Amino acid sequence: MTASEILSLTAVQLGKKIKEGEVTSPEAVKAVLGQIKAMEPELNSYVTIDEEGALKQAEEIQKRIESGELTGPLAGVPAAVKDNICMEGLKTTCSSKILSDFVPTYNAKAVENLKQAGAVIIGKTNMDEFAMGSTTETSAFGVTRNPWNPEHVPGGSSGGSCAAVAAAECFFALGSDTGGSIRQPASFCGVTGLKPTYGTISRYGLIAYGSSLDQIGPVAKDVTDCAAILEVLASHDGMDSTSVQREDYEFTRYLTGEVKGLKVGIPADYMGEGLEPEVKEAVLKAAKVLEEKGAVVETFDLGMVEYAIPAYYVIASAEASSNLSRFDGVKYGYRAKEYTGLHGMYKKSRSEGFGPEVKRRIMLGSFVLSSGYYDAYYLKALKTKALIKKAFDEAFSKYDVILGPAAPTTAPRLGESLSDPLKMYLGDIYTISVNLAGLPGLSVPFGTDEKGLPIGVQLIADCFQEKNILRAGFAVEQSRTYKMPSLAAKAMREKEEK
Amino acid sequence: MAHIIDDETIEYVGILAKLELDDDEKEAAKKDMGRMLDYIDKLNELDTDGVEPMSHVFPVYNVFREDVVINGDDRDQILKNAPESKDGAFKVPKTVE
Repeated sequence: MTASEILSLTAVQLGKKIKEGEVTSPEAVKAVLGQIKAMEPELNSYVTIDEEGALKQAEEIQKRIESGELTGPLAGVPAAVKDNICMEGLKTTCSSKILSDFVPTYNAKAVENLKQAGAVIIGKTNMDEFAMGSTTETSAFGVTRNPWNPEHVPGGSSGGSCAAVAAAECFFALGSDTGGSIRQPASFCGVTGLKPTYGTISRYGLIAYGSSLDQIGPVAKDVTDCAAILEVLASHDGMDSTSVQREDYEFTRYLTGEVKGLKVGIPADYMGEGLEPEVKEAVLKAAKVLEEKGAVVETFDLGMVEYAIPAYYVIASAEASSNLSRFDGVKYGYRAKEYTGLHGMYKKSRSEGFGPEVKRRIMLGSFVLSSGYYDAYYLKALKTKALIKKAFDEAFSKYDVILGPAAPTTAPRLGESLSDPLKMYLGDIYTISVNLAGLPGLSVPFGTDEKGLPIGVQLIADCFQEKNILRAGFAVEQSRTYKMPSLAAKAMREKEEK
Repeated sequence: MAHIIDDETIEYVGILAKLELDDDEKEAAKKDMGRMLDYIDKLNELDTDGVEPMSHVFPVYNVFREDVVINGDDRDQILKNAPESKDGAFKVPKTVE
């Protein structure tokens, strides 16, 4: 197979071809590394690329596939990991100056599970610093650009993972999602992203932002890949006290295309003010596809939508201010060169090591947790969270799936969002409540706007009902063909011609 | 109601957050935080009397295990990440006089 034939495959397709002996894992890794060389000067999807390690892993894994030891669907497939997920011996920076030299001594559970399945990890992807942001512009290692149009952002915070998958710089990637950080960039980059039910994938080794909201999840080219990757990642882990023992760990069996009788609700409050007309149209078109295949689609009032963002920023900032107190210049990371005394060292190291968005959230979090304000802000937000969960419980007593947009717009231009943080936060309106309620959410690419930028639709299910969104997502996906950004396709063609 | 964050509050939050802001950063933080709190005040529209605060969506339990060592000796590896170390320990500025 030629490099561009290999790169056009999905993760599951590639895994199958490797098993059938049509292509080898080292060949796939070389194809990906070639594409990375061609795309990175423009995109900057990666913080660290482990060329040597990847080739070595691939040789080993190829032998284990040939000996029949590795038989899973992802064996030999090159993957990338977001840079807030620890990998033994490979720099893990959270795209922050404060962790710029940090080399973990252990693997995150999600990485361990990937390795056991025989995936080849080729590098660590760029992100908003400590996953705080919606554009991947707050990274200390430069912005990542959208492969569909490099003048636009890839979204965030898992912008590097999503850009890398879209540009065929890997076959799939791990992201993390605290308020939409997988689903929103997946939508901006035209790839598929899944945030599972809270507790499904162990957070052991994920550098914490908002612990009660954080979930790791897959970013891939299609729903089939996402389901297969989820099967590999999901496990009950004693190292994460919030890890949940699920009844089901099988997800690919629901990829049947069958949605007859599935009850789908579209929240009227997701389709109103602030939503770009072209995004709205895409959602309605996806609804039509499901309806034509036998699903029952209705519009309903979800409620509480406008309270999700203020509640989220109180809770996430509060948890962040506590989680990020571990970065003090003692055990790892950056230490200021000049300071007076221990406390001066803490303060200087943190002030020089963190970027502005991270400082903003730590300050807000410290404030809402301080005595005198704790009840008015933090407790109020936790009560709001309970009401949001209740609104979803009521919705899921009537519907199997909630369908809506992943984001109100397509990808904004670089530099447009950071000037007004509050406006940037409002872009998370359709994704954030899913984290507050612990629900699974799936973003599926569905068409482009008139500028040629991808649009994503979001499918949400009740806790542990991933099967419903995988079923519906697969059906929606069958009605369109996967498109690669022309920039990435061009890079592949040019290589071939040489 | 518009929130006005005064110097004293920013100073206090800086102590809690262990952050040292310069004058420009302080001014920006005052404005930012005031604006965020104005926005967060939207939650006051909600009647939450009698609502139980929800920290986790699922009940959280303590997870116990036998008190046995399960990790290997990776002290030297861990110390490699420390900005300064001495005799197998983290080195910090003098803390007690």
